[in-house]
Amino acid sequence: MLWIKIKRIVHAGFYSFWRNGFVSLSSILVMVVTLFVIGSTIFSGAILGSTLNQIKDKVDINVYFVTTAPEEEILSIKTSLEQLPEIAPPVVYVTREEVLADFKNRHQNDEFTLQALDELGENPLGATLNIKAKDPSQYESIVSFFGLKGSECSSLESKFSIIDKVNYCQNKDAIDRLTNIINSANRLGFILTIFLIVISILITFNTLRLVIYMSRDEISVMRLVGASTNYIRGPFFVAGAIYGFISAIITLILFYPITIWLGNTTENFFVGLNIFHYYTSNFGEIFLIIVCSGVAIGSISSFLATRKYLKV
Amino acid sequence: MIHFDKVSKIYLDNSIALEDISFSIEPKEFVSIVGHSGAGKTTLLKMFLGEELPTKGKIYYESIDISTLKKSQINDFRRKIGVVFQDFRLIPDKNVYENIAFAMEASGRTDEEIEADVPHVLGLVDLERKMWNFPHELSGGEKQRVSIARAIVNQPDVVIADEPTGNLDPLNTYDIVQILKKINDLGTTVVLTTHNKGVIDSLKKRVLTMENGKIIRDDKEGKYVI
Repeated sequence: MLWIKIKRIVHAGFYSFWRNGFVSLSSILVMVVTLFVIGSTIFSGAILGSTLNQIKDKVDINVYFVTTAPEEEILSIKTSLEQLPEIAPPVVYVTREEVLADFKNRHQNDEFTLQALDELGENPLGATLNIKAKDPSQYESIVSFFGLKGSECSSLESKFSIIDKVNYCQNKDAIDRLTNIINSANRLGFILTIFLIVISILITFNTLRLVIYMSRDEISVMRLVGASTNYIRGPFFVAGAIYGFISAIITLILFYPITIWLGNTTENFFVGLNIFHYYTSNFGEIFLIIVCSGVAIGSISSFLATRKYLKV
Repeated sequence: MIHFDKVSKIYLDNSIALEDISFSIEPKEFVSIVGHSGAGKTTLLKMFLGEELPTKGKIYYESIDISTLKKSQINDFRRKIGVVFQDFRLIPDKNVYENIAFAMEASGRTDEEIEADVPHVLGLVDLERKMWNFPHELSGGEKQRVSIARAIVNQPDVVIADEPTGNLDPLNTYDIVQILKKINDLGTTVVLTTHNKGVIDSLKKRVLTMENGKIIRDDKEGKYVI
C-alpha cells in the first residue's frame, strides 16, 4: 500500500507540475535566480580564496645567519623548522654563495656597490632560510621557535647564536595588516553569502507560498474527502523538488557561457584564477551543491507552505 | 445515526452561530435544512464534518463523539461522508476521472477498484462522455454532477449537500435533486441545505427550518415556510 501511495504522490506531483505550466515556469525562473546567487557565491568564494592564497604566498620571513655559521647547524635548524605544524614546507635554504650571487645580480647596475664588495675580498653575507607559514597569523608563533623575546621587536635576541637576525620585525606590520585584511575579507564574504542566500531562499519560499495559496481550496477539498496530511502534501513536495531540479539544470547551463565569458577577465584581474577552468574542473561538486540546494529549497518550501492550509 | 445534543457555537467576537441545537437524523433519511443566509446551516454542516468544534454540546455519529476524534480519525470519519458544495470545489488541474479517483485514492482503494468504479459512478450521473474533460470545460450542472459522483464513489453512509443548486439554472437544479433522491432511494442518508423553495416543496421530505442559529421548525413532510 505504501508503494502505491508513493507512486500516486509522485504521479500527481508530475501531473501538477506539467498542467500548471505557467505557474511552474515562473517558479522555476525565481528559483534560477536563487540558485544563480548560490552558484555565484561559490565562484566568488573561489576567486577570493585564490587571490588571498596568492597574496599569502608572497608573505614570508627570512632568517639571516652569521657568516661563520656552520652549514650542519643551519640544516639542523631547517629540519627542526620543517617539523613545525605552522610551517608550509619546504623551508628554503639559500647558501652564502647563492646569497652573494643573488646580491650581485640585483646590483649588477650599481658599480659602486659591486666595487665595494670586491674590495672586501671575502663574502660578507650569511646564509638564509626562507620560511612560509600556512597562515600569516602563524608567523608570530614561528618566530617564537627562535626564542626571540618581546613582540615589540625592540629587544629581539635569539637563543641560537648563529642567527644574525630574523626579518619578522620589518615585515610584522605588513603581515599584521594583511592578516587583518584576509580575516575581514573572509568574514565579510561569509556574511554576504549567508545574507544573499537567505534573501534568495525567502523569495523562493514566498513564490511557492503564492503558488500553494492558489491551491488552498483544492487542499481543503482534499481534506474533506478524507485525504491524509502526507497524501495532500506529497504532490506539492514532489512538484517543488521538480522545480528545484529543473532550475538547477538551467542554472548550471547558464553558468557555462557566463564562465567562458568571464574566464579571461578573472584570470588577468584576480592573480591567475580562470573561472571557467574552475567551473569545469569542479563541475561534479558544483553540480551536487546546486542540484541539492534546488531540490531541498523547492521541496522544503512547498512542504512548509502547505502547512497553513492543512489545518482544516 | 447523527445526533446533535444541545450544540452551541459562539465565535471569539461573541457572535452566536448556533444556539442549543438538538436533533437526530435516522439512517436512510432525506433531511433538508432551510433558512436565510447566516441562519447557521453551513456552520452546522462544518461541525458535523469536524471542520469546526462546538463551543457547547456534543455531536454524535452513531456512537462516536465527533469533537473527540484525533486528526487521523477525522480523516477516516470523513471517508464515510460524501460532501457536495455549492461552488463544486473540483480540483482544477485534474480531469473528471482524476477528481473522482482522488477521493478513492484517499480512501486507500486499489487501482483496479478505481478503474472499475469511476466509470460506473460517472454513468450514474450521466457523464461518462466527459470523463477526460477538465473542470473548466464543463457547465455548472456538469460540474455539480461530477461533485456528486465524487461524493458517492466511496459508497458513503451519509451525503452532505451544502446548497448544491445555488449556482444552477432550474433545469440543472431539477437534475441534481433527482440524483440526490436516487442516492437516497439506494439507501444513503442525505442532508441537504438549500434556499430553493421549489426544491423543498417538490421533495416532500423532512425539513428543519433554522433562524438566528436555532431550529424553529422540524416537519416530517415539510414545506419551505419562512
